[in-house]
Amino acid sequence: MAGLEDLYREIILDHYRSPRNRGELPSPPAQRVEGFNPLCGDEIVVTLEVSNGAVTDIKIGGTGCSISQSSASLMSAAVKGKPVAEVRDLIRTFKGMMSIHESTLPGQDTPEEAETTEAQLLDVNSLGELAALQGVVKFPVRIKCATLSWNTLAQGLDEAESESETASA
Amino acid sequence: MAGLTNVAHGVDVEVLKKDFPLLAQEVNGHPITYLDSAASSQRPRQVLDAMRDYEETTHANVHRGVYGIAEEATRRFEAARVAVGRFIGAPTPAREILFAKNATEGLNLVAHTWGRTHLRSGDAILLTEMEHHANIVPWQMLAEERNLTIRWIPIDDDGALILDDLDRLLDGVKLVGVTCMSNVLGTLNPVAEIARAAHDAGAVVVADAAQSVPHLPTDVATLGCDFLAFSAHKMLGPTGIGVLWGRDELLTTLPPFLGGGEMILDVRKEGFTPNDLPWRFEAGTPPITEAIGLGAAVEYLSAIGMDSVRAHEISLTSYAMRTLTERFGDDIHVFGPKDPAHRGGVISFAFRDIHPHDISQILDQYGVCVRAGHHCAKPLMRRLGVNATARASFALYNDESDVDTLVDALAETGAFFG
Repeated sequence: MAGLEDLYREIILDHYRSPRNRGELPSPPAQRVEGFNPLCGDEIVVTLEVSNGAVTDIKIGGTGCSISQSSASLMSAAVKGKPVAEVRDLIRTFKGMMSIHESTLPGQDTPEEAETTEAQLLDVNSLGELAALQGVVKFPVRIKCATLSWNTLAQGLDEAESESETASA
Repeated sequence: MAGLTNVAHGVDVEVLKKDFPLLAQEVNGHPITYLDSAASSQRPRQVLDAMRDYEETTHANVHRGVYGIAEEATRRFEAARVAVGRFIGAPTPAREILFAKNATEGLNLVAHTWGRTHLRSGDAILLTEMEHHANIVPWQMLAEERNLTIRWIPIDDDGALILDDLDRLLDGVKLVGVTCMSNVLGTLNPVAEIARAAHDAGAVVVADAAQSVPHLPTDVATLGCDFLAFSAHKMLGPTGIGVLWGRDELLTTLPPFLGGGEMILDVRKEGFTPNDLPWRFEAGTPPITEAIGLGAAVEYLSAIGMDSVRAHEISLTSYAMRTLTERFGDDIHVFGPKDPAHRGGVISFAFRDIHPHDISQILDQYGVCVRAGHHCAKPLMRRLGVNATARASFALYNDESDVDTLVDALAETGAFFG
């Protein structure tokens, strides 16, 4: 049986109690994206600034449970200042982690499709503090809480990219 | 305290719990404490046995065969219909009780048949702010199709409907949708009073009774509504079947809902002639086993007596509200009416600033099953200013020891999040 300590790791509780990069950047110029978890009503607002191919600033707003809030906080700390390509790799690795471990648990369905087989080859240890969230996969209902902010960020990057293409076209 | 009042009001929970096989199990090393009956109730052995007996000895399609078991299947199926009708005081149960998939489908049936034949562009529908999505979205879909407007009866801070402006709100309204009992707040609404005013204004009344029929005596004549929908699986019966009651004189005038077998008297290449009530609204082979299970559930509840069920749940709800407040003071906020006589056994609460998902997750470690989320009532959640609540809900098989377990597990939840 998966224990609570698998889910509520100390790093997670720390980010839940003291969320990093909390708030909203003025938009525009920042990209503003909302994400919803229709199952529980949680909502997240990610505002990010992308310039010179990097995520130069990011803030997290909205409300949610400890898992969605801490995942968002950990994500913001991990991606701030990173090149967009690196952030996209991180999103893939994180989402891969949310499915790899699931598939190693016997008798349970994979709730999130692995994005690519390449993602499964990536090293979870490269995730640093984010690896604290890997216990979430033992609680399948909560996986969507953990991935909400990441899906929202991915959407934000797509929108920022398509807008900059439009602007330069 | 626990156990002292278990035998009060004719409900002996200790004996009764033994009828429910699921309640005998352990979860995470603790005896299960099932407090999610507003979402779905557990089934007693008597219901499971009736379904199994039918499956093993009698199953055949209904209303067709002339052989023995087919006739017996039809007899049991139609007997269940009549039993359900008597349970809610339907004047002509054999005609007015329509079996649907669930309460939601029953409400959609009204929107598709009565709604499509009676509502025109510019007409208004009146709902309440505490409706379940099942009594909102079918009307929004129809409103979009027919260019109707939807108005809302507001609620006060105690979760009661504000009816001061009812007559003004009813002006131009053709249909009123109201829940008998809120699945979030537990509020018992004055459906009879609303129905009287609605009828004076020329509107029909559709009551969502999914939460009330399992927990209170129900009499459609007293309620005064025109349609009433509820689900079997919240009243000790199986999933897959619900009920729509409608007034005979209204149902008689309505076109069919779904088309297919069973709902016709005759089919020619040129067209079809619909069947009589109630089969006109029951296209295709119905959920026969489930109807028989629902019939057994009604028999089980009737044997205990719905007055006793209600008295037991008032006593339990008042114990729960008192105990939660005594133990947690301002750390807990229970939504809805303060007076247990004005509410059902549904306790939605906020506990400190701990998210309902996290509460539910920790409670699960102690075998306590509560719901966390928006309970399919997002307009109400917005009115309450929350994204989600945690909700403990009772049925006749719960007692004060279940409340004590909940309270202890909540204390552990508080300690866990520091």
